Amino acid sequence: MEHLELFLKSIFIDNMVFATFLGMCSYLAVSKKVSTAVGLGAAVIFVLAITVPLNWLLDQYLLQPGALKWLGEEYASYDLSFLSFIMFIATIATMVQLVEIVVEKFSPSLYNSLGIFLPLIAVNCAILGGSLFMQSREIQTIGLAATYGIGSGIGWFLAILAIAAIREKIRYSNVPPALRGLGITFIITGLMAIGFMSFGGMLTGGDDEAPKEEKTAQVEPAKEQSENNEVIANNIKVNE
Amino acid sequence: MGLLSKKDTKLITDPLADNNPITIQVLGICSALAITAELKASIVMSISVMFVLGLGNVVISLMRNIIPSKIRIIVQLTVVAALVIIVDQVLKAFAYELSKTLSVFVGLIITNCIIMGRFEAFALANGPWKSFLDGIGNSLGYGVILIIVGFFRELLGSGTLLGFPVLGDPIAKTGLYAIGYENNGFMLLSPMALIVVGIIIWVQRTRNKALVEDH
Repeated sequence: MEHLELFLKSIFIDNMVFATFLGMCSYLAVSKKVSTAVGLGAAVIFVLAITVPLNWLLDQYLLQPGALKWLGEEYASYDLSFLSFIMFIATIATMVQLVEIVVEKFSPSLYNSLGIFLPLIAVNCAILGGSLFMQSREIQTIGLAATYGIGSGIGWFLAILAIAAIREKIRYSNVPPALRGLGITFIITGLMAIGFMSFGGMLTGGDDEAPKEEKTAQVEPAKEQSENNEVIANNIKVNE
Repeated sequence: MGLLSKKDTKLITDPLADNNPITIQVLGICSALAITAELKASIVMSISVMFVLGLGNVVISLMRNIIPSKIRIIVQLTVVAALVIIVDQVLKAFAYELSKTLSVFVGLIITNCIIMGRFEAFALANGPWKSFLDGIGNSLGYGVILIIVGFFRELLGSGTLLGFPVLGDPIAKTGLYAIGYENNGFMLLSPMALIVVGIIIWVQRTRNKALVEDH
């Protein structure tokens, strides 16, 4: 259930493109044709699904304050969290290279369709953003981290697929000359983002209170319920 | 500008308008959209990018002859990441509230396409001084757009600039609010950033027909 919730949330509500604007550069640059958009989208899902859990491990056992405890008590006070940018980006760059080599070796046809996009992905903000959000939202287990990675990847994939399809069709419309190309793409993306905002009520049943903590607090259901009750109680008090 | 030759001046002024990194080269969009709900955040972000891009361009330009071209992306990422860590630590120390607002977007300067784009397109082929000017110029062009977007979003969205109420007090109904003006809270939400940038592009291309695309 937790997994499903996080999965749907990362696809629709916290959609990489429409809610946080990650990976906009490649989103705008590679969305002229559906076929290339599919290639890049698939590569993003692939790399996110690998790097987010990997960076979760790094974060958990190396970077967090007190994460080095497994080395011995005297390391418990170390806080290496300032190194997280460089560690994450190093993991991503290495993984991308590795994935490229492996794919080239074992599946030349997949390599031909993904090939040119893989190196691009190392500098796609969606990938680093996935890891950084994973860290700042304090995702609890490696399984959830993987779910989050795959979910955000699919969200990004949907977004680029949708805009590519629209851009293929918009060629036949009479757009004001100065808006053609980039301008209209921006505005359409804005409208799509407004549309995606309506998913915000999906998991909370339209409750305005959409508690932000839900993203981080993955406590046992019973405890969560009591917290919810508290929130409701507080609301009632406020209303009174 | 006695210090700079004509060519050098062009390096700085070109990205401000006709070769703007955001509206023409389409680089570095992510951060331009995500953090522009307040003017202050936009300004801090522009300064951070200027620091990283200016210095990064110099470092890469100095190393351009010894970087093996196969692993240059990793080298570039390491240089940027080191500079961004400095920015992040400085922000955390001196402007903690602001660094909370910017959240992961300081980290995302690493993958800001402007930086990689300028490294690849300019710093790898030019000397340090020129690269420095190019870095400053491009981050100024980036900053200009960020500040325009931040200005409009904060002014129309919450009626303030840099946190100061400039349109009067919405609760006491003074200033503009006395004649029935309301803040448009929608401007603070993320989709409006896209639409504001779209309008900036529209205005710019209407003024300069040469920039119009075919589709």
